[in-house]
Amino acid sequence: MIQTFAFCLFAAVVILSGALTILSRNPVHSVLWLILAFFNAAGLMVLVGAEFIAMLLVIVYVGAVAVLFLFVVMMLDIDFAELRSGFVRYGFFGLLIALILAGELIIATGAWSAGAIELANRTAPISADLSNIEAMGALIYSKYLYVFEAAGLVLLVALIGAIVLTHRERRDVRPQNISEQVKRRPQDAVRNINQPIGQGVDL
Amino acid sequence: MSIIDSLMLTLPELVLTGAALILMLVAAFAGDRATRLINAGAIAALIGATLVLGREGVGFDGLYTADAFSNFTKPLIYLAAGVSILLSTRFFAAEERLRAEYSVLILLATIGMGMMVSASNLLTLYVGLEMQSLAAYVLASFMRKDARSAEAGLKYFVLGALASGILLYGISLLYGFSGTIDYHGVAKGLADGVNMGELFGIVFVLAGLSFKIAAVPFHMWTPDVYEGAPTPVTAYFGTAPKVAAVALLVRVSIEAMGSAVESWQQILIFTSLASIILGAVGAIGQTNIKRLLAYSSINNVGFVLVGLAAGTEAGVAATLTYMVIYVLMTLGSFACVLQMRTADGVHVEDIQSLSGLSRRQPALAAAFAIFMFSLAGIPPLLGFWAKFVVFDAAVAAGLMPLAAIGIAASTIGAFYYLKIVKIMYFDEPAEAYHPVTSYVESGVIALTAVAVSPIGYLAIPMLGAATAVAAKALF
Repeated sequence: MIQTFAFCLFAAVVILSGALTILSRNPVHSVLWLILAFFNAAGLMVLVGAEFIAMLLVIVYVGAVAVLFLFVVMMLDIDFAELRSGFVRYGFFGLLIALILAGELIIATGAWSAGAIELANRTAPISADLSNIEAMGALIYSKYLYVFEAAGLVLLVALIGAIVLTHRERRDVRPQNISEQVKRRPQDAVRNINQPIGQGVDL
Repeated sequence: MSIIDSLMLTLPELVLTGAALILMLVAAFAGDRATRLINAGAIAALIGATLVLGREGVGFDGLYTADAFSNFTKPLIYLAAGVSILLSTRFFAAEERLRAEYSVLILLATIGMGMMVSASNLLTLYVGLEMQSLAAYVLASFMRKDARSAEAGLKYFVLGALASGILLYGISLLYGFSGTIDYHGVAKGLADGVNMGELFGIVFVLAGLSFKIAAVPFHMWTPDVYEGAPTPVTAYFGTAPKVAAVALLVRVSIEAMGSAVESWQQILIFTSLASIILGAVGAIGQTNIKRLLAYSSINNVGFVLVGLAAGTEAGVAATLTYMVIYVLMTLGSFACVLQMRTADGVHVEDIQSLSGLSRRQPALAAAFAIFMFSLAGIPPLLGFWAKFVVFDAAVAAGLMPLAAIGIAASTIGAFYYLKIVKIMYFDEPAEAYHPVTSYVESGVIALTAVAVSPIGYLAIPMLGAATAVAAKALF
């Protein structure tokens, strides 16, 4: 009973917030509705027992992708009115893509209900008594430990590369040097001159 | 095999990783002033990694294989990486400024290449390849103030990402149809006849790898990247990554697809012939020495693939022999290219500036001529032996037409190599170059020139025995 109620709640909110993502006038509101849709989709994933995908949705999509969207929307000067124009011109292609997606969904559900694909020899068979996260963890941190660590090194290479290619030392700025300022004595900084009348100051 | 035993197998990579991390910290705190120290440290790490090589076995549940094959190719990669670090110091000091990250990036790329050579699982293959490629993209645009260098990096990155995508698609097909990403598992899946999906997988994997070794028809990036990248980086691109990618291709072809030789043999025959011919013809009109050497590398990859296309133990041994000699010739040629600078020390790449070099700097001209003759495969030099063994293996495997066309096309290649010799020896002297100042660079030129000269034939029995043992490990 509670499952049905939860499913109806999550599904309804996903559809509603999905529709509002497209329909809201303010692009910032669109992104916020999208985040709500992601959260509720994560709830749906928990209901079908795919808790790992649920966590991915929240961490990756809400935490990174949607926030990135928000940054882009708020920081870039995009003319949304122009983006919205030409509905009739692009309407046909949009409809075509929607139809193709709908067809693919129907074929996919048909194939799924016909039974799972049996691979000849599975690399990592799914065990019945482990939860998704435990099974993933066992694979990533034991069997594929070597590749996992290497992936970490790949990220380090990317990090070093980004710094090498973009970091530059700026010479036209004058940062404050506090010890230099404290060390300064009046005799270094102040001069008493008997300025003759009618001549310019010699600096 | 316990995790400690597996880790001990990867000791060369562990040494390099530790060194790269420590040197990165030194670079972060001491800055570019410590570049010479960091370069020395990187070379020490490469020597250390060579010394700890030698263990054999399969680690990490089949992800990593250390065998005679990987123990043969890794020292070659470390040598090429070390020489490209040695060649970098004077060049970057003269061109822009010394930057500490250069040798760290070379070390990280070398770790990736070690993974590629030792990969016995498609996942390890991909991660190793990406690690090497990412570092290579950065190295290509290392002189970021130079527009050509930035362009080279961007082109390499975009096309490399496309090739990675193609490779991954092939891997996903092989995985989907055989149910595993382990080389031996894939071989088992292919043994009972190759179906359409598996064939597509093989084609896409070979296409992705052809890009990495710059074989025709996936060679388009090579001239631009070789021309734009800083010369020490070009020397590096021409040697170490090529050895690693060829070794990777050999292992995938023999270990993972060895049960379906006839389905990839014709692909390799096509790419090898196309590379030999296009590499030779494309080089003729070039006026930039680095572009010319880029076409020369495409041409040489064609000869390497002749050995692999044979699909036999002798063929793999011939491929390895070719790679060793090719690396020596390429490092020597690029060390000579680094000496091409005007009296004010500005590096030039124009072939015409070599005119009459024999009367200005006879020793440099002689060394350059040795490398050119050797690349052309003229008999008393070692380059001839390399071509001889690959064609010998192809004929023994019954690929007579491939060998015949290959030999015929290699005479086209001889034309442009000899043209350089002609410019150096018979043309009127052009403006004098800056005298050779670096002992390290003249040492590299002298050693490689001696190695590819007829004296190098003394090492042939040893090289032959070592490549035979290395090739045997795959079958």
